[in-house]
Amino acid sequence: MPDTTSKINFTNNDTEFDKNGVQFVINPYDEFCLTRAMWFKEKQGATVTVVNVGSLETETTLRKALAIGADDAIRININPTDGFLVAKELAAVVKDGGYDLVLAGKESADYNGQMVPGMLAALVDFNFVNGCVEIEVEGTDVTAKREIDGGTETLSTSLPLVIGGQKGIVEEKDLRIPNMRGIMMARKKPLQVLEAKGSEASTSIASFEKPAPKGAVKLVDADNLDELISLLHNEAKVI
Amino acid sequence: MSVLVFANSTDGKFKKTAFEVVSYGKKVAEQLASNLVVVTINAADATELYTYGAEKVLTVSNNSLSTFNAKEYASVIAQAAVKENASIVVVDSSINGLYLSPLVAVALEADYASNTVSAPSSINPFTVKRKAFSNKAFSNTVISADNKVIGLAKNSFGIHENIVSGALESFDPTVAVSGVKSKSVERVTGKVTIADADTVVSAGRGLKGPENWGMIEELAAVLGAATACSKPVSDLGWRPHGEHVGQTGKPVASNLYIAIGISGAIQHLAGINASKVKVVINTDPEAPFFKAADYGVVGDAFEVIPKLIEKLKAFKAA
Ligand SMILES: Cc1cc2nc3c(=O)[nH]c(=O)nc-3n(C[C@H](O)[C@H](O)[C@H](O)COP(=O)(O)OP(=O)(O)OC[C@H]3O[C@@H](n4cnc5c(N)ncnc54)[C@H](O)[C@@H]3O)c2cc1C
Ligand SMILES: Nc1ncnc2c1ncn2[C@@H]1O[C@H](COP(=O)(O)O)[C@@H](O)[C@H]1O
Repeated sequence: MPDTTSKINFTNNDTEFDKNGVQFVINPYDEFCLTRAMWFKEKQGATVTVVNVGSLETETTLRKALAIGADDAIRININPTDGFLVAKELAAVVKDGGYDLVLAGKESADYNGQMVPGMLAALVDFNFVNGCVEIEVEGTDVTAKREIDGGTETLSTSLPLVIGGQKGIVEEKDLRIPNMRGIMMARKKPLQVLEAKGSEASTSIASFEKPAPKGAVKLVDADNLDELISLLHNEAKVI
Repeated sequence: MSVLVFANSTDGKFKKTAFEVVSYGKKVAEQLASNLVVVTINAADATELYTYGAEKVLTVSNNSLSTFNAKEYASVIAQAAVKENASIVVVDSSINGLYLSPLVAVALEADYASNTVSAPSSINPFTVKRKAFSNKAFSNTVISADNKVIGLAKNSFGIHENIVSGALESFDPTVAVSGVKSKSVERVTGKVTIADADTVVSAGRGLKGPENWGMIEELAAVLGAATACSKPVSDLGWRPHGEHVGQTGKPVASNLYIAIGISGAIQHLAGINASKVKVVINTDPEAPFFKAADYGVVGDAFEVIPKLIEKLKAFKAA
């Protein structure tokens, strides 16, 4: 996804996102998942595959994940225009690969779809925990926590499982960055490019638009807070 | 053909988002010249929904659905859609709504448009406006699949009264077998949650340390608000993680968001942009938050907040 500080602009009559000068990064939610996967690898001997549905430019991101420690990578060569399409393409890989656990981000920080993990779980008929903040696996038994309004819920489930993960499954301080050795090793690791199964998108973006420009802030003097209260009450009608 | 809305309830009670999705469903049904059906699960009083245009309400009462389970709830909604021949299903964007919607979409072979913020701008092709790029833009999305699941963003369409004389019909779907079981719920009780709050009082690193949050709690109490914080504040352990708002934290779509000692970094704003009215209190007139806010006070939080609390108390008492 585009780095969050990127300027968001559109081209082609506002029908396309302007990738010019935009730096692509791993979605922050997926970074938490990748680190958690590394722990499964180190502590429980898991093999970790990273998968991306996207065009050639996303391979840099896959290489980065390999440098962090994933064993192999798969890129499914299709423009990910719609969440259902991505989920269907991933479902094919998940079924063929015999995977036990899929760690996906709760949402992508660009389109914030919150669509792919749930759709994938339903398509392959795996158990599904969304908004996952903690996960422990023993054999095929899984204990997971998910965030709910004002707290958490503890769940018991089993493999095979898809999670939509977020901060908590690991903390910020645990996130890994590639080191030199990792980068060297990543060059030799397999990155397989698969042709898409031909899933069709049934949503398309007709156009983009930006929010209407906001009026200037109304400044209130720190010694005149009555005015602030009056504005919030009479003008904004929020208190 | 009909439009189906899932009106989510917690412990039998509807939250405001339930009224918002029903209002929205009513609007879409009118646009399509079709009828609105609402499905509820273990709601105490589903007739409340008549106020917002629910002509027909399917009530499911089933003890095995007493705790939320995404797969079970999704299967109930999908069965209701099939029974009512509904090609459009509307769900809110609560944590549970977001959990179950993709499952409903797959069950109905529907396409799912999450983060929708307005009624369709066109019925043919079916086009809705959705949030994109962390609230920095919108996309006008065309959904061409026959069946559609629409995830309505909170506080986007609003609650609209549209009183009808509705009817309840009890509905007894088969409950799907779920491989996920709830073991326990850990919740801080007695606090307004960020998701439910009309007003959110949020503070940042400008507050200097956790010992200074007393006045933030008090301001929130006076306003009946939830408390929130910026990311560094929760990373430093000054406040619990559950209070972290922003792009990588909780989203806020409240009516009023008050930011105290928060600079207004793009990642912070991304998560709170959807709030209707924003107030910033900051010593630095150059803080980027002033560009995003509706009202601002340039001043020291340690002087402004205690005064504001006193004045608000007087205002509330009046
Ligand atoms: C990938 C990524 C994701 C991120 N996600 C988030 C996110 O979700 N949420 C988030 O909040 N941040 C996020 N950040 C961090 C963000 O970039 C900022 O660093 C952060 O929001 C700053 O927090 P702050 O405003 O509390 O602190 P600061 O930037 O330190 O600002 C403190 C403010 O307080 C003011 N101040 C100081 N003293 C007083 C006083 N006495 N009275 C009043 N005002 C005072 C100062 O003028 C200043 O404006 C993210 C960053 C990255 C890279
Ligand atoms: N093109 C893609 N390729 C691989 N995984 C994806 C892709 N898009 C989304 N995902 C996964 O699904 C999660 C949620 O994305 P979304 O449904 O778009 O919000 C992301 O955090 C990823 O883990």
